[in-house]
Amino acid sequence: MDLHYTQATETPHERAAVDAVLGPADSTWSTGDRRAETESHSAHAGHAARSQRDRLLPALHAVARRIGWISEGALNYISRRLTIPPAEAYGVASFYALFAFEPRPKTVVHVCEDLACKAVGSDALIAELERTAGPGEPQCGGASMWLRSPCLGLCERAPAGLLTVAGDEPHDEPLEFVTALRVAAALEGKRDFGFAPTQPPQHGDPSLRLLRRVGTVDPASLDAYRAAGGFRALRRAFDIGALGVLREMTASKLMGRGGAAFPTGRKWEAVAREPERPHFIVCNADESEPGTFKDRIIMESDPFALIEAMTIAALAATCDFGYIYIRGEYPLATRRIEHALEAARAHGMLGDDIMGRGLRFDIELRRGAGAYICGEETSLFNSLEGYRGEPRNKPPFPVQKGLFRKPTIVNNVETLINVPDIVLHGGDAYAAIGVADSTGTKLFCVCGNVAKPGVYEVAFGATLRELIELAGGVAAGHRVQAVLLGGAAGAFATPDELDAPLTFAGMRAIKATLGSGVIMVFDETVDLEAMLVRIAAFFRDESCGQCVPCRVGTVRQQELLARLAARRLHGSPDEERSLLAEIGQVMRDASICGLGQTASSAVESALAKLNLFSSAVPVDERTPV
Amino acid sequence: MFGAGGGTNSYEEVEHTDLIVLWGSNARETHPIFFHHVLKGIHNGAKLYVIDPRRTASAQWADGWLGVNVGSDIALANAIAREILVDGLENRTFIDRATLNFEEYRKSVERYTLDYAQEITGVPAAAIRELAHAYARADRAMICWTLGITEHHNAVDSVVGIINLALLTGKVGRYGCGVNPLRGQNNVQGGGDMGAIPDRLAGFQSTADAAAREKFEKAWNCTISPERGKRLNEMFDAMEEGELTALYCIGENPVVSEADRHRAVRLLEGLEHMVVQDISLTQTARLASVVLPAAAGWVESDGTVTNSERRVQRVRKVIEPPGNARDDMWIVAQIAKRLGRDWGSPTAQDVWDEVRSLSPMHAGMSYERLEQLNGLRWPCPDENDPGALFLHGRLWADPVEGPKAPFHAVEYSAPLDAVDAQFPLLLTTGRRLDSYNSGVATGEYSSPLRRVEALEISPEEAARHGLSEGEIVAVSSRRGKVFVPVHIDRALREGLAFMTFHFDVPTNVLTLDTVDPKSGTAEFKATAIRIDKIGAGSLAAAGD
Repeated sequence: MDLHYTQATETPHERAAVDAVLGPADSTWSTGDRRAETESHSAHAGHAARSQRDRLLPALHAVARRIGWISEGALNYISRRLTIPPAEAYGVASFYALFAFEPRPKTVVHVCEDLACKAVGSDALIAELERTAGPGEPQCGGASMWLRSPCLGLCERAPAGLLTVAGDEPHDEPLEFVTALRVAAALEGKRDFGFAPTQPPQHGDPSLRLLRRVGTVDPASLDAYRAAGGFRALRRAFDIGALGVLREMTASKLMGRGGAAFPTGRKWEAVAREPERPHFIVCNADESEPGTFKDRIIMESDPFALIEAMTIAALAATCDFGYIYIRGEYPLATRRIEHALEAARAHGMLGDDIMGRGLRFDIELRRGAGAYICGEETSLFNSLEGYRGEPRNKPPFPVQKGLFRKPTIVNNVETLINVPDIVLHGGDAYAAIGVADSTGTKLFCVCGNVAKPGVYEVAFGATLRELIELAGGVAAGHRVQAVLLGGAAGAFATPDELDAPLTFAGMRAIKATLGSGVIMVFDETVDLEAMLVRIAAFFRDESCGQCVPCRVGTVRQQELLARLAARRLHGSPDEERSLLAEIGQVMRDASICGLGQTASSAVESALAKLNLFSSAVPVDERTPV
Repeated sequence: MFGAGGGTNSYEEVEHTDLIVLWGSNARETHPIFFHHVLKGIHNGAKLYVIDPRRTASAQWADGWLGVNVGSDIALANAIAREILVDGLENRTFIDRATLNFEEYRKSVERYTLDYAQEITGVPAAAIRELAHAYARADRAMICWTLGITEHHNAVDSVVGIINLALLTGKVGRYGCGVNPLRGQNNVQGGGDMGAIPDRLAGFQSTADAAAREKFEKAWNCTISPERGKRLNEMFDAMEEGELTALYCIGENPVVSEADRHRAVRLLEGLEHMVVQDISLTQTARLASVVLPAAAGWVESDGTVTNSERRVQRVRKVIEPPGNARDDMWIVAQIAKRLGRDWGSPTAQDVWDEVRSLSPMHAGMSYERLEQLNGLRWPCPDENDPGALFLHGRLWADPVEGPKAPFHAVEYSAPLDAVDAQFPLLLTTGRRLDSYNSGVATGEYSSPLRRVEALEISPEEAARHGLSEGEIVAVSSRRGKVFVPVHIDRALREGLAFMTFHFDVPTNVLTLDTVDPKSGTAEFKATAIRIDKIGAGSLAAAGD
């Protein structure tokens, strides 16, 4: 660390935004305006200043929300406050898609161009928007602009958008069922388009467990949550103690819902056993897998359940502090969680003496800033710590060296909200639901061309066909062309495979995965080749660039699919396909994280199962002889 | 110290200590390898305090920075000691058992109150108190210093003032505790170890010691004078008096590196005969009667070097030296031959084995072991000895083995080149990360970090003189004048200026060559100067 700053200085607004996050500077050395009369002979910095490093991302957010973009002066100021080189702060800031480093309008409308929105016509919407002004072009006298965005996690209300307005009172809101008119209104200054969580399609079904409070219990009221049975599980957890909770969790056979399906009880036990202190629990709410929105709905509609579950985990594994890392594109969920955390603190459900039972635990909410990779647990740790969100090598695993290199439980939102019922009713009762290797119920994000897109809860064992029918099936006169399971990192199923049971084993049998629970249905009107090109573009954008095979492979994969889609091959179709398979293989073999390892899986399953690119013939003059 | 000429600790210990004090050291730039170990210590949780007039790159890493006035270190050390005593944080057991002269020392620091120290050093009393407490209370603590301590007229007293603190708190002779001068070159330590000191033979054996002398006389078949030879500053004085008329200068560039350059050049030019042996045609070589082109000490030569942790390491020849350049050892042997002594053509290993036979602390360091173990730290008396991790563990033996360690009362005295109305600024000199001393070893390489040499001053000083970045000014001292561009740096404060002597600017035209009588080192760190704006027209005249 050699601290060489440029001459650029921050504006008073930028300074105020940063100070609001970092607190007032304790030394004028760290603000860039050292006062000669008081501090020319001494200074404090060192560990105290660097210990705030994890506040880098919140400080960047603060500037972006206040100003709309991050200037060189603001970066200098943040770097001085944290005693880090500005080049390093820039390296972190520029890792995230939501931050801009050139002046931009205060109002930005992000329009989703990803899979679920594409399936319901976002291509036409974007084409219409482009007729007025391209993405990134200032409009309305420089007051606003629109941008293309990867999946915004509003797939049940596609096409989706996100409105962000920077300023002293920043305003963010999700936009549903976006039309060109809506975008135009937002760009012209209209606010409050009336997004509110609605009841899930299965509302009223008495068998609902995870969703039973969604749409029926006021998410802004702790009393309402308690009246609906909330915090009874935490009370029981205190009664049965840490070992009791661990016993029930193990008995439940709950498997992590984040995609890796690791037994949650074993994870908690491993952290509980670690002698090193402190322990952390991190809730991975960076739900960015295209087509996934279940965690968002839980956080918007049942935020206290998440807090209760994390507190139980803290009790069981003696975690000293918790973080919820939520994706930056979820403004409503962010507000609801923030409110719930405040209410929980006010009611003694977080803090120094929870429920008067002597437990000290609190949770801090941190926002991501537009980086799919940060959903990978070790990337998430780096992001939380204020570094570029690049994955770490494993081992060591998070239970040994996780956040701040300390033993850490990291669980997905959906995994955690299973916890209260397990503690309340016992692990055995939970294990009786579902099937042997897949216990409990599962949330599925059904979207695309179905009548009633939304989040559905079914016991493990239901078939794909049953779930699609639950969602009203495809529109009359249409038929299922293909189903994308597990999101962009998942795999395609054909109409012949709809009777496969939705279990971990059942999915393996059709070479697919439950992944994040995405069931994206495409009818015969959808251009699947364009979908594959979009998937490839998504991975190219989102590869963090750390591992060369993924950094280069995702680009090559996209180029190759573009050639296939355009029918302009470099070689015979077989050669192109084997090249694609080779790229996928090298990414699987030599990437350290799941992104590179799965970047080719949807594409490869589509090519294997679906009859795509069939008429592609080599026409390129570079065709080898 | 305490009879051994080296730092007490190993690099490993810096990584596992609890508190590191860098005193008069910008190790981040001037000892980058050592600073890597400091950084490991910091990452392992050690606190870092940096004492330096400038808020250097090292100070930016520090938990606490104490921006002392140039040359006020003794006042600071004594005030820290007094504060430790006032709060009863001294280590009585260690003092009683392992030290001498405590009572005298205690009385001597009595007058160094926090208020008095604040007045002398400029450092707020609270910051002094904080460091005193942090140092005294730390389970393990190390103090490391560099030329900020030793390039003063009272250098030895300053070092003693620091050592007193270690004795006071029992922070020496234990793992992770000690006092360490950081060596500015890969082989400064080795040079001293080999006897390149006016009154020492290899292994710090004194020329006054008849038994040691006899051992060497027998091995070398010659007579060794028991009298101390001349230090560098004394050689220049002897030139002035006409007593010294011929000089053989190996790997030294005094034209650039000596204080008061005008005087140094005049005296060197007045010599009857000067031989310069160096790897390039240095400014000094240009004045020589004979120049002997030498091979570089690394890649072109075999041998050993010894670093700041007393570790003797092998260096290996990889390429032949260019042109007529020859290995230093070969040149010296050839000169001996022409003087009537045939030493044959010894290899580096032959010479090293002779060192081992004569210097007990090197006896166990065979080439094989140096190779296998990546070097060994002295003392290493026999081939089964692993070498010493830290020194003076004997002070913790009960009863203490060998002589006790004495406190020495030392008193503050202001830098000799006092500021006044005519020369109101204090110039302090130092080095930069990518350059090295007079530039012989680094000036030939390009570096992306390097910029033109400049006089660094504070924004306040620049405002007072109406100077802008890059503006060329005349800098004068009581001895001379140089022209140099200005660089404005917040790391400095009003009244303080900084320059290096790496390159084109003959910085040492300004410095004072009065030396510490105990060490022979000039007070490079404190020169009273004046800055004058110059008109565009006078620049041409300045170019001579």
